Amino acid sequence: MIKFLTKIDGINNVLENNNLLEIEFEKKNIIKIFNKLRDNTELNFNQLLDITAVDYPSREFRFDLIYILQSLTKNKKIILKTFIKENENIESITNIHKSADWYERECYDLFGIEFIDHPDLRRIMTDYNFEGYPLRKDFPLTGHTEVRYDDLEKKVIYEPVKLIQEFRNFDSESPWEGMENKLFGDEKSTGEN
Amino acid sequence: MKEVELNTTTINFGPQHPAAHGVLRLVVELEGEVVQRAEPHIGLLHRGTEKLIEYKTYLQAVPYFDRLDYVSPMCQEHAFALATENLLGINVPERAKYIRVIFAEITRILNHLLNIPAYAADIGAVTPFLWCFEEREKLLEFHEAVSGARFHAAYFRPGGVHQDMPEGMEEKLFDHFKTLPKFIDDLESLLTNNRILRQRSVDIGIISKSEAIEWGCSGPVLRSAGVAWDLRRSQPYDAYDQVDFEVPVGKKGDCFDRYLVRIEEMRQSISIINQCLNKIKPGPISIEDNKITPPKRNQMKKSMEALIHHFKLFTEGYRVPAGQVYSAVEAPKGEFGVYLVSDGSSKPYRCKIRAPGFAHLQTLDHLSKGHLMADIAAILGSLDIVFGEIDR
Repeated sequence: MIKFLTKIDGINNVLENNNLLEIEFEKKNIIKIFNKLRDNTELNFNQLLDITAVDYPSREFRFDLIYILQSLTKNKKIILKTFIKENENIESITNIHKSADWYERECYDLFGIEFIDHPDLRRIMTDYNFEGYPLRKDFPLTGHTEVRYDDLEKKVIYEPVKLIQEFRNFDSESPWEGMENKLFGDEKSTGEN
Repeated sequence: MKEVELNTTTINFGPQHPAAHGVLRLVVELEGEVVQRAEPHIGLLHRGTEKLIEYKTYLQAVPYFDRLDYVSPMCQEHAFALATENLLGINVPERAKYIRVIFAEITRILNHLLNIPAYAADIGAVTPFLWCFEEREKLLEFHEAVSGARFHAAYFRPGGVHQDMPEGMEEKLFDHFKTLPKFIDDLESLLTNNRILRQRSVDIGIISKSEAIEWGCSGPVLRSAGVAWDLRRSQPYDAYDQVDFEVPVGKKGDCFDRYLVRIEEMRQSISIINQCLNKIKPGPISIEDNKITPPKRNQMKKSMEALIHHFKLFTEGYRVPAGQVYSAVEAPKGEFGVYLVSDGSSKPYRCKIRAPGFAHLQTLDHLSKGHLMADIAAILGSLDIVFGEIDR
């Protein structure tokens, strides 16, 4: 199977990990690759399981876009990964896999990645009129607005978040682990721990 | 130019509707009583689980999984535990594997014992609800006996399970699962040949083999369409390769087939549990590495090292080597997967949850087109929708 995968243009890296294949590809080849993966009888990745992204704000290519496909006949799963910049968009694969519809909407909603030619790219998870992309690393955990029912106005109102106590993110990571404990003359320290 | 008169009515179904199984807002376009288009608006139960997990240690993330699909909690912990173990590169002891399989199957029965009567209630039967809840209560007592909680168990943890089954539990389980097949027979006598149930479910919401695959369906929905696909069989995890069971498949892929597949799955689950109870042997229930699983309480009273381990595990947590992994389990509703990215720290960098219901709900528009409004309730019920996992 790996041999067939490496033959496809635009695929860079093929890794095998248990039942799971991992592949990196260039985003301009996306339609071609997904068509090949589905239609090639040796591969037959006919089920799209998920689309998601991972945000790395410090990188030039900010998002890792992840597609997970499954082949029911070959009993294999494959993770496809591509890298895109913050304001870049990517072609939608809704014409190849129907289930991509909602997955791409979810990705757009939570990360702000736009998919070209998507039939109905609206927000899906967040509230109507929501602003911002919650799963980006620079979006605060508490969000920006909170809602409550106002008894005087008889309606639900939106307000900026007010925290009674500041959000505390404890850093309990030990600074010690990973440090090499080289004390000259202390041979015991390198023995059992 | 010919004038075309559009005679459609648009109605709002939900978000507070008993047949919506939670908070689903459906915008339905009707022509007379025939559905032209059904558009689900989801996200009303969105709690940002994936974001919250990024701020918690691996152990603190476990309880979030109970709260996704809140009628089958343990199966979801299972997926997360497997993903974390995969990144850590550890192997769980034999007894823990069997305990996990036993409880994953109990959870499956619990889930189906809720879905089947809820589905029946949607289309007009009340009695199964009362019967099944009594039976569910008995099974929840087993949950409570091992974890202390009926639902939000936090029992399957990376490295094994939290604690061993209490003494005498195996016999109790054995005795209980002798009586359960009789109950399923009784339940079937109430439903399977019931005229109303058949009229409301046969040939309703048909999904074909290729459509089911294309739409990303899994679990009973995929199997009802005739695809013999079960992750417990095709990609076995834990002790599923040690047990023998059958994968029920449907022929047509309609609501009735989905109901039948679930009934048969319960029988298979009972058989799996019985096989596990015969094979399970005493032994450790989690890996004995105090860098990952906490030391026993009595050890902590005597050993300084154990105390330090305990403190570090519940403040910093354990560090997981950098990498990415996708682990999936056959949850009662279908393939429940966790895509986990670690950056080498003690908190997940990204944890994407693949919920089976999300893919299933997406097919609703396709399934309900051309059916009557009343059939939407039947289709929703047969897809086994729970909003905890769809909205996350």
